[in-house]
Amino acid sequence: MESTVLKVLRFARHTRIFHQVLTMILPFLLFNCHTNENSKTEAWKPTPLKWEKPANFPDPVYNLSKNPLTVEGVALGKTLFYDPVLSKTNQISCGSCHIQKAAFSHQGQSFSLGIHGQLSKRNSPAIQNMAWNPVFFWDGGVHDLDFVPFNPVQNPVEMGESVNNVITKIKKTRGKNSVNYPEMFKAAFGTNEINSIRMMKALSQFMVTMVSVDSPYDQYVAGNDNALNIDQKEGLVIFRKNCATCHAGELFTNYSFKNNGLKPLKTDDTGRFDVTRLNKDKYKFKVPGLRNIGFTAPYMHDGRFKTLEEVMDHYSENVIKSETLDPILIQENGKTGIKLSKEEKKKVIAFLKSLDDEKFLINPTLAAPKVSAF
Amino acid sequence: MKKLIYLSLLSFICAVSIVACNDDSNDVTDNPDLVAGTGKLTLKFDNVSGTQDLKLDSTKYTNSSGEDFTVSTLNYFISNIKLVRDDGKTYTIPQDSSYFLIRESDPKSQIVTLKQLPEGNYTGVEYIIGVDSLRSVSGIDKRVGALDPSGDPEDGGMYWAWSSGYIFLKLEGVSAKAGSANNKFYYHIGFFGGYDSKTVNNIKTVKLDFGGNKAIVSSENVPQVRLIGDVQKVFNGPVPISIAKNPSIMFDFTLSSNAANNYKSMFSFGEITPNISAQ
Repeated sequence: MESTVLKVLRFARHTRIFHQVLTMILPFLLFNCHTNENSKTEAWKPTPLKWEKPANFPDPVYNLSKNPLTVEGVALGKTLFYDPVLSKTNQISCGSCHIQKAAFSHQGQSFSLGIHGQLSKRNSPAIQNMAWNPVFFWDGGVHDLDFVPFNPVQNPVEMGESVNNVITKIKKTRGKNSVNYPEMFKAAFGTNEINSIRMMKALSQFMVTMVSVDSPYDQYVAGNDNALNIDQKEGLVIFRKNCATCHAGELFTNYSFKNNGLKPLKTDDTGRFDVTRLNKDKYKFKVPGLRNIGFTAPYMHDGRFKTLEEVMDHYSENVIKSETLDPILIQENGKTGIKLSKEEKKKVIAFLKSLDDEKFLINPTLAAPKVSAF
Repeated sequence: MKKLIYLSLLSFICAVSIVACNDDSNDVTDNPDLVAGTGKLTLKFDNVSGTQDLKLDSTKYTNSSGEDFTVSTLNYFISNIKLVRDDGKTYTIPQDSSYFLIRESDPKSQIVTLKQLPEGNYTGVEYIIGVDSLRSVSGIDKRVGALDPSGDPEDGGMYWAWSSGYIFLKLEGVSAKAGSANNKFYYHIGFFGGYDSKTVNNIKTVKLDFGGNKAIVSSENVPQVRLIGDVQKVFNGPVPISIAKNPSIMFDFTLSSNAANNYKSMFSFGEITPNISAQ
């Protein structure tokens, strides 16, 4: 092709039309690599969404460079998050069991109802600060936020639907009284193609924006000495001494798996063992973060404790010995649990409440949109 | 003189833009041996049960434990395909184009077309039954085509969302010996070795030679190699599997690796159709 062009030019330079030919060919040469794809992306200009790491948090685990946040991507993710079209019966959305006023946990529910009134296997955890999470679910079966939504959608007792079928359903939406998903995908990703990669990326984008970092504790860390009262400050010291091995750092978890001495229920949930099939992992569950703990009752993987007082009593009095019990819960004298006085437990609870971020519960950017697929 | 500068500038732009285009169009990488060409070859995965053709739901077969069974589902992943040429050189299919899900219920899925092959006489093939561990933990952008995790686990889906791994081979059917309420047996064999905690590794490599035959790939010739997959081998192998004893094999590492060690020898060479390009 190059030589043909040059031949034409060699001929043309002896003529008056040299410049005309040149002007005609030049733009063609410059742009002939551009495919249709490129011309589409040129027209498509999503609005980048600035995402800032809170000063007292570590670097996020989620790779934002592979899925840069945009206003349109987050809006799509939010719409999907709150849309019951994700379930087989079109009745249950992510937001059904992850409710904002409970820091996106399921307020008051030990287990949650899925399609056809089926009970979930474990307690619905809070969705917050997901960008720092290196491992997901109580048993740690998922390591990448982009692969999280496959689980509730495809779990037969939760949403009981295939992602393929969700895609088929949302492809048909056309606006008017409902969402126009093809248009939303186009705004977020450049074309109206709907596939699982885009759907998961949009959901991740929204979940990455669910950052809770405005608790009294955070203000205290930022230098406001009055943000915590005396009990809370003493509670923080007791907490750091007795609890922070596992509930470590600013997210209050080291993301490890521990047997914390709960007596197994009749269902005999073996936890982490489900994933690793290693006997040493039996009855171990992920150490949960403690932010917004005042709003996420009931507690533990099976939601057995209604109050923080019950939780503290468990750790001080009721830890059950078993083969996989975490050694940290066995004291030097052989007794199980953590040695805490009544007064100390009270102060720890006072401190824990300083992790409550009320603004997170009413943040309008995280609230349900008014539209869905129906 | 002005015109000359103009012209050389122009040819420079030409050259740059042409090179840039070539860069985009060729995504073939990482072939330690032969480089890509323009040839084509197809692999036809033909599933059987012993000496009988495999027919879903209808035909009853008997395994080495003397148990009758019919097959309702047989799916498996074939990936990381490498072809061996008669000069000893190999050609590795670019990895992004080397994942295939073979489903007995879908004849189209049983024909795997390998493109951009260097010309030559091919004498053998190597591949993985399953999905390699690197791809099993890769980001969502790499999960396209056969690797899309969106399928319904109840309906032929091949991804375990709860443990983030692919099912390498799925065999389901009915047997009077199954002892389950509906007489069904379920063998879902997966596990790539684990993400952060070591699981069993059931990734199996298959090496087949074409028994002295040559698949001749040239500009005129598109050969088809028929490979036979024998479902009997899932049951019959180093550690035979009994439907009565184990109507469901999924998450038990020992049983699951027994099944994988059995089925790793399920493939054999059938024959070569020298040229299907006219078909």
